[in-house]
Amino acid sequence: MTNSTPLHAEHERSGASFTDFAGYDMPLRYSSDLAEHHAVREHAGMFDLSHMAEIMVTGAQAPEFMDYALSNRLSALENSQAKYSLLLSDQGGVIDDLIVYRLGESEYMIVANAANREAAFTALTERTKDWDVTVRDSSDDWALIAVQGPVAKTIVEASAIDTSLPLDDLRYYRMTEGTFQSTTIYVARTGYTGEDGYEIFVPSPLAPALWDELEKVGAPHQMTLCGLACRDTLRLEAGMPLYGHELGRDFLPAQAGLGRVVVQEKEDFVGKQALADAAVRTRVLVGLVAEGKRAPRAGYSVVTPEGDVIGEITSGSLSPTLGYPIAMAYVDSPFSDPGSELAVDVRGSLLVVKVHQLPFYTRKKVA
Amino acid sequence: MTAVPENLLYTKDHEWIAIDGDVATVGITQHAADALGDVVFVALPKVGETLSLGAIVGEVESTKSVGEIFAPVAGEVTEANSVVVDSPDTVNADPYGAGWLIKVRFTGAPNAMDAAAYQALIGD
Repeated sequence: MTNSTPLHAEHERSGASFTDFAGYDMPLRYSSDLAEHHAVREHAGMFDLSHMAEIMVTGAQAPEFMDYALSNRLSALENSQAKYSLLLSDQGGVIDDLIVYRLGESEYMIVANAANREAAFTALTERTKDWDVTVRDSSDDWALIAVQGPVAKTIVEASAIDTSLPLDDLRYYRMTEGTFQSTTIYVARTGYTGEDGYEIFVPSPLAPALWDELEKVGAPHQMTLCGLACRDTLRLEAGMPLYGHELGRDFLPAQAGLGRVVVQEKEDFVGKQALADAAVRTRVLVGLVAEGKRAPRAGYSVVTPEGDVIGEITSGSLSPTLGYPIAMAYVDSPFSDPGSELAVDVRGSLLVVKVHQLPFYTRKKVA
Repeated sequence: MTAVPENLLYTKDHEWIAIDGDVATVGITQHAADALGDVVFVALPKVGETLSLGAIVGEVESTKSVGEIFAPVAGEVTEANSVVVDSPDTVNADPYGAGWLIKVRFTGAPNAMDAAAYQALIGD
């Protein structure tokens, strides 16, 4: 069965092409992948991310439970602070990567990938048994709208959203409560594009009105409606992993360069023992760049100049911003130093690639 | 819905063929171009190259995916469209016109269907 988000009718009205993503009928693009990509880098883009899962954790022991159930120290978050985190298996593999928001002293919201909604909810629920907490899947109650890009702030400020904290004072990876049409919403300064911007959590019934409002206010600022196709090239340029490509149950966090997201010093957390015992894995995640226009694609083999297979591409595309092919790959660690020359078997012909420090693209910080 | 020009032949691989005497002009359909998204790279066979029916002879890449070009006819390449190599977006903008890919002096019969059959295939 295919699900749709509360904004499906808006997307149809705007002429979106749809694709099935994690069981949801989602906008792939409205007009042009490239135009949507460039709009986010240069002006602003708006995305429907309502397929993503919102899982609420509440209860007296919520902070300690979060430290136990997830990879890093979420009890240390201040109210309204957000943090990137991992839900690990007993074996230390990645069940999902998530953004955790602390809503209150004993209340957290976990935003999980749509494809992992069930897996994340099940794993979290199983972990509650010795804890005074409640885990609730509230995904259907909330829509999620992202406005990303250099003028995202101008647009959200110009909209009919009132935020408790002025956006000027909303720091990166923080959220603030707001109201829209007398209803409580949450505005977070988070994203998955490499640009500054906001992710706005709005009760599902109110989502179409907020989408229309932001579309109207964004139009004079050259804001473009954006589909999942450009979301993928944007996150790839920003060097952000995508679950199922760079992350999965068979990968340990350190392999993916996410060692910093695991606080091994914590007294106990799911996956701790396995990670402590794990032998160092030989393959690590790297960035690759090439010349020309042909892009390495997920699943292609990475080889040495001599032709020995030493890795595999996990994501790859011609970078719309940079104009040359970029990719992420797991390669044997002796070949992972930036500058190392390797090759990729692109449908039978070898493409010379160079290991590149992630990310490929960093936004210019405006003073 | 996507308009499918009536005067062309089509393949199940979403290519179109225009026959003029013994020369076939080949491109990809609007349906294929729309499915790929913005085309950013086109690789074509060289003029003079001999194509066998059904062989992979080129590629059309978008940021999202790669489409292979299968020879819809057997024969010798007489022209390769440099416009789409230099400006791959022409394939999206005008797939049945300026976005053509190759011309082939062909022998034998093309492996193709008419516009109505193709329209039915893509279900528009």
